[in-house]
Amino acid sequence: MSTQINSSIRFGAIAAAALGFGMLLAGCQQNPPEATQQNGYRGVALEQVQSPKLLAKLAEANQAPEVVPPGDRTGPRASQVYQNVKVLGDLSETEFTRIMVAMTGWVAPGGVAGSDEGQGCSYCHNLNNMADESKYQYQTARRMIQMTREINSNWTNHVGATGVSCYTCHRGNPIPAQTWFTGGGHPKNLADGGGWLGANNGQNLAGKHVGRASLPADPFTPLIQFAETIRVTGKTALPTAKGETIAVAERTNALMNHMSESLGVNCTFCHNSRAFAEWKDAPPQRVNAFHGIRMLREINANYLAPLNTTYPATKLGPEGDAAKAYCATCHQGAQKPVNGAPMLGEYPELGAPRN
Amino acid sequence: MGLLTTIDYQNIFTRVQVRGPDDLGVPIAKGIYERGTTASHNYWFGKLGDAQVGPFYLGVWGLLSIACGFIAIEIIGLNMLASVNWDPVQFIRQLFWLGLEPPLAKHGLNPFIPLNEGGWFLMTGLFFTLSVLFWWARTYTRARALGMGTHVPWAFAAAIWLMLVLGFIRPIAMGSWSEAVPYGIFPHLDWVQAFSIRYGNLHYNPFHAFSIVFLYGSVLLFAMHAGTILAVTRYGGEREIEQIVDRGTASERAALFWRWTMGFNASMESIHRWAWWFAVLTPITGGIGILLTGTVVDNWYLWAQHYGFAPSYPPVNPPVVDPALLPGAR
Repeated sequence: MSTQINSSIRFGAIAAAALGFGMLLAGCQQNPPEATQQNGYRGVALEQVQSPKLLAKLAEANQAPEVVPPGDRTGPRASQVYQNVKVLGDLSETEFTRIMVAMTGWVAPGGVAGSDEGQGCSYCHNLNNMADESKYQYQTARRMIQMTREINSNWTNHVGATGVSCYTCHRGNPIPAQTWFTGGGHPKNLADGGGWLGANNGQNLAGKHVGRASLPADPFTPLIQFAETIRVTGKTALPTAKGETIAVAERTNALMNHMSESLGVNCTFCHNSRAFAEWKDAPPQRVNAFHGIRMLREINANYLAPLNTTYPATKLGPEGDAAKAYCATCHQGAQKPVNGAPMLGEYPELGAPRN
Repeated sequence: MGLLTTIDYQNIFTRVQVRGPDDLGVPIAKGIYERGTTASHNYWFGKLGDAQVGPFYLGVWGLLSIACGFIAIEIIGLNMLASVNWDPVQFIRQLFWLGLEPPLAKHGLNPFIPLNEGGWFLMTGLFFTLSVLFWWARTYTRARALGMGTHVPWAFAAAIWLMLVLGFIRPIAMGSWSEAVPYGIFPHLDWVQAFSIRYGNLHYNPFHAFSIVFLYGSVLLFAMHAGTILAVTRYGGEREIEQIVDRGTASERAALFWRWTMGFNASMESIHRWAWWFAVLTPITGGIGILLTGTVVDNWYLWAQHYGFAPSYPPVNPPVVDPALLPGAR
């Protein structure tokens, strides 16, 4: 009798352990169930694994704001009506006002919590003199409008006819939620190996911009800002020239991790994963991503990085650099930012300046 | 007879635990160190293997190996701890992410470099390698002292070959210590992935393929052999060695089982040669594959395409051209 009790206790313990192990494994799935979509030749695992539950959450989080009713395009130009209008002066007065109203909702509806930087119009403007340039936000906004127009007119190979508006990045925040500084959030004294012990070469901590991998935490400074080579794979079957090192390959790997995380897609969204470097069998999305990288290089170099002299010191990164853009700044986890809302179609004022 | 029928091994989880008087082993020739003469018993060890713990033999090689291994692990651990500013909480929290990186590429094969630019790594490599080699000497001399064959040390040497290729031979062939594998859980896994990407997909390296065949083959053989022996323990099949020379009903049933199911059977003796060769060929072929990577072949995918080793698949997507090659590319 006691043997029977013992063995049933033992059976119970084993069953509980098996159940616990099963639950532990199930916990590895972030958002079960997952759906798999094939997008390559059969049997080669070219597929997207996505969670419908997570996609629904993303779609909810990426809702476009209500469109401000379009304005009359005729009438005197904003530059003639208002003083000191250096950008958007080519718009009509109503169009100009429309964009100002929309921008207020996109960027500074509530201002910055716990700061006296103002909110709504006063986040950028001196309300006593709307033409006053003294606020750094005013100068920044002017540059950002130029950047938006540059993207919408010269980077259609990335943003297409969809275009971008301030909301694409800002989403109601004065500073976009996802940006990067040089160093990738690694404590400076460690990342530069300043001491005689414990250098980590800017990697080997859970890098928050690179999918929590131990890969280089900041692949953006070398690959986006300094436009160093991303292509690390050997170009010929046999060695012909001195190739890239593994450390350089890890940097590329980190950037790709960032792209994958930012868009909520697998490697196979852009790559034929049996030959990452090959264009021959690559999905067409890779071309779009290629132009996205070049777009980031341009807007960071020409628009965002130079603002370090405009921003107050408190807004700068640990190396004294301005916040810069990467894939996550617009995409925020979604394959199409703001669910692909036609920003340029709804706000044609943000396209190329009219003459 | 009644006793014998109640203590046979016949389950995956056995309830039998043999506990006899201490077995201090066969007489051996005198070394510098005497073999220990004490042994104890542990119930939980008995659940896994033999309940007897000891006697131990440390010896010169064992002492040297442990000393060198201790130094290597200290260097790695202190560097990891320093990399989180000596914060014990972060050390535990990020332990799997922490690492000790190989020398910077600019130092090439120079062994005299700043500690924090790879000097610590080289020092770790030296002590770690010495520790493993001393442990190899220990397995060799102990096997010899017992009058055994040296199959275990040579199998261990196969693993050491792969380790030396990764951390010593290939870096020298490539002309840079920066090619070595970092120490650390995730860092070394990231290295593996980056290595495969850099050299155009290691899965198209035929020696990598061989290594996988032998690895999975080892697992298969292990399961087949272990399953067979456990299945015939009720006929005394666990006394494999006796059954090699004096085949009993366990051996005959096991052999017939495999002839029935696959037409062929290993013998009680040959199955161990199969297992040994599959096991040692895993790191031997793997090491060859690593050594050829970067030194002889720069892109395994292109190599495999050229020699018809990798198939081409029908295109699914509309053809794409590298935009960097188009006019006006920026």
